[in-house]
Amino acid sequence: MTTTFKRKHLLGIRELAAGEITHLLDTAETFRDISRREIKKVPALRGRTVINLFFESSTRTRTSFEIAAKRLSADAINISVSTSSVSKGETLLDTARNLEAMSPDCIVVRHSMAGAPAHLARMGNAPIVNAGDGAHEHPTQALLDALTIREYKGRIAGLKVAILGDVLHSRVARSNIHLLTKLGATVAIAGPGTLVPEEFGELVDEGLRVERGIEAAIEGADVVMILRIQRERQDSAFFPSMREYAVHYGLKPKHLERAARDAIVMHPGPINRGIEIASEIADGSRSLILDQVANGVAVRMAVLYLLAGGGRAELEDKGH
Amino acid sequence: MKTKVIDVKLLIANGYVIDPAQGINGGKNVLIVDGRIAGLLNRGEVTPEGAEVLDATGLIVAPGFIDLHTHLREPGAEYKETIATGAAAAVAGGWATICAMPNTDPVNDSPAVTRFIIEQAQRAQLANVFPIGAVTKGSEGRELAEMGELKQAGIVAVSDDGRPIPTAGIMRRALEYARGFDLTVVDHCQDLSLTAGGVMHEGRWSLILGLKGMPAAAEDVQVMRDCVLAKATGGSVHIAHVSTRGSLAAIRRAKELGVNVTCEVAPHHWTLTDEATAEYDTNMKMSPPVRSQDHVEALFEGLRDGTVDAIATDHAPHHADEKALEFDQAPFGITGLETAVGLAFDLVNQGVINLERLISLCATNPARIFSLSDRGTLMKNAHADVTILDPACEWVFDVAASKSKSRNTPFHGRSLRGAAVATIVGGRVVYLNPNYTRLIEAKKRPASA
Repeated sequence: MTTTFKRKHLLGIRELAAGEITHLLDTAETFRDISRREIKKVPALRGRTVINLFFESSTRTRTSFEIAAKRLSADAINISVSTSSVSKGETLLDTARNLEAMSPDCIVVRHSMAGAPAHLARMGNAPIVNAGDGAHEHPTQALLDALTIREYKGRIAGLKVAILGDVLHSRVARSNIHLLTKLGATVAIAGPGTLVPEEFGELVDEGLRVERGIEAAIEGADVVMILRIQRERQDSAFFPSMREYAVHYGLKPKHLERAARDAIVMHPGPINRGIEIASEIADGSRSLILDQVANGVAVRMAVLYLLAGGGRAELEDKGH
Repeated sequence: MKTKVIDVKLLIANGYVIDPAQGINGGKNVLIVDGRIAGLLNRGEVTPEGAEVLDATGLIVAPGFIDLHTHLREPGAEYKETIATGAAAAVAGGWATICAMPNTDPVNDSPAVTRFIIEQAQRAQLANVFPIGAVTKGSEGRELAEMGELKQAGIVAVSDDGRPIPTAGIMRRALEYARGFDLTVVDHCQDLSLTAGGVMHEGRWSLILGLKGMPAAAEDVQVMRDCVLAKATGGSVHIAHVSTRGSLAAIRRAKELGVNVTCEVAPHHWTLTDEATAEYDTNMKMSPPVRSQDHVEALFEGLRDGTVDAIATDHAPHHADEKALEFDQAPFGITGLETAVGLAFDLVNQGVINLERLISLCATNPARIFSLSDRGTLMKNAHADVTILDPACEWVFDVAASKSKSRNTPFHGRSLRGAAVATIVGGRVVYLNPNYTRLIEAKKRPASA
């Protein structure tokens, strides 16, 4: 079992070993305490520079990374590159090379195209954190989900998890499937046949099954994860209407009767109330949606700490 | 480029001649006079006075290889490839003849472009370059191009390659009309409504990587459509770069029914699988995409049982800057002229096909498919295009030494066994592998009888 995290980049969960994931989660737990203190800052990354390079708009992930960097005393710089300015000429690679020339200690990248962070990792020098790339992966989201599950369930292994909705286009679903199955949970996915193709079951070797109806996936589940549905999928004929989607694939209180009695409900946000999730569930006692957000900061602190150079120092030195 | 102009008479001595068109398989000397094959002489037959000698001891002498599918980028994108650099890469890879796809800028839908390509090729004096004309004006899939005019100017087939012929209606008219000029319609088979936005094979790996897939079914349905239409019209269709099990099944069945359908496969489709895309390397991005192992097995079956008629390179050069974009943004295509024969030898080395079949796939059949008269054979009076092969040559492909202007290959550093070591076009030795100069030095000695 790996007890350290020696990678230069965090591009996805798929390539990580279970031990590396556990190490990231353990590190995040120690950082979670910092956010609960009155003075929410440690000098672990003092003098280091973290660039948040966002090619796709995102408030919550970008803010989360920014707060994480600042709580570690790193200098955090946010750069939002609209796709229009990229189409004006400068390539992803040139943008990244220009930033690298300013010697950042870590670049956090969000991009609408799968593989963009991997591309930068291969061509550049700085450590790269994938903050979501197209439909590929969103590793820190899966880590914060796992941290939340661990907090409430005490474990991952042996749990039954249902992931419902637009799995096909979801980087969150992919990262979660990899993470949960690596740590010994079983995952059932369900949604419209257009968005949850049968072949999705081949994503991982074991621990994953595809169900047609959401009821079958929820049966006995300890964790129910809901994915956001985007209206643009309706325009490209993945489903007929938001109304029909809400009726047949939206999570409603009656569905939860099939889940384990102490089941928890999660959603990566932002939520479409009354579409993929009924408001009474989103605001209900089983919903951990806001806990997820809080844990997001802790996970990102852990990732930045381990990649941006803080990991080289002893954990105890970070200013308890 | 090592170009050696030889006198009017050339004797390729002591080689082992394989010419499937004549059913010849044995030790012969090939005599070339004034750019044509003067005859195959038995060992010990008297050699005419004054012939230059190329000593092919231990080597295979085959009809000049013909690539049915090459993208030369001139006119319009000379920064990727010119006709001269493409032709140089061709002969270095053993291809005496290349057929230039019309997706240049402007598209080859006019006699002026056709003649320009022919003239540029004549200036380069390397490979034979035969232009392929567009099926539709601007390859836009709406109105038929002036195929009659194009044929008079020198095209050998029609295609909108790079783009599929979009509707059954246009394909039907194209097959009917092209028939009047004995032109084969070459289709890049893909149902665009199934591949829109797709950048790799749809399957487990596209799901893992989060890249939009191009399902095998998109190729299958269009191949089936084209086979049905070729049967209905009596026209002749050639399916470019077949990559799926379903396509091959459809073509096999159509051939049994007597439909005029032929097909080619490209080396990357039997050499790589979609798993090779795992690192988002844009040199793994091409259309059709490399597919899963099951499709690769199907290509082997098709190569073995005769369903596949030809090996074609689909040489598609792109500039490094274009391939340095995100996977979604990078253009489709890889170079192939200099690696295809080596990768075809993999098939022989793995026991999928024998050497004679390799030569049929690279020379005999391509000449037949595009009706290239007096080519693809070493018959008396045929054009003196010859590819000399060394099945034992062990080599490593080094893209830095490529004659192509572009470097977009997934095969850099690949070890291969078997190579084309000399290429003769119209009786001239236009390429000699630097490690085989002894073949020409031997000309100073008398031919061993």
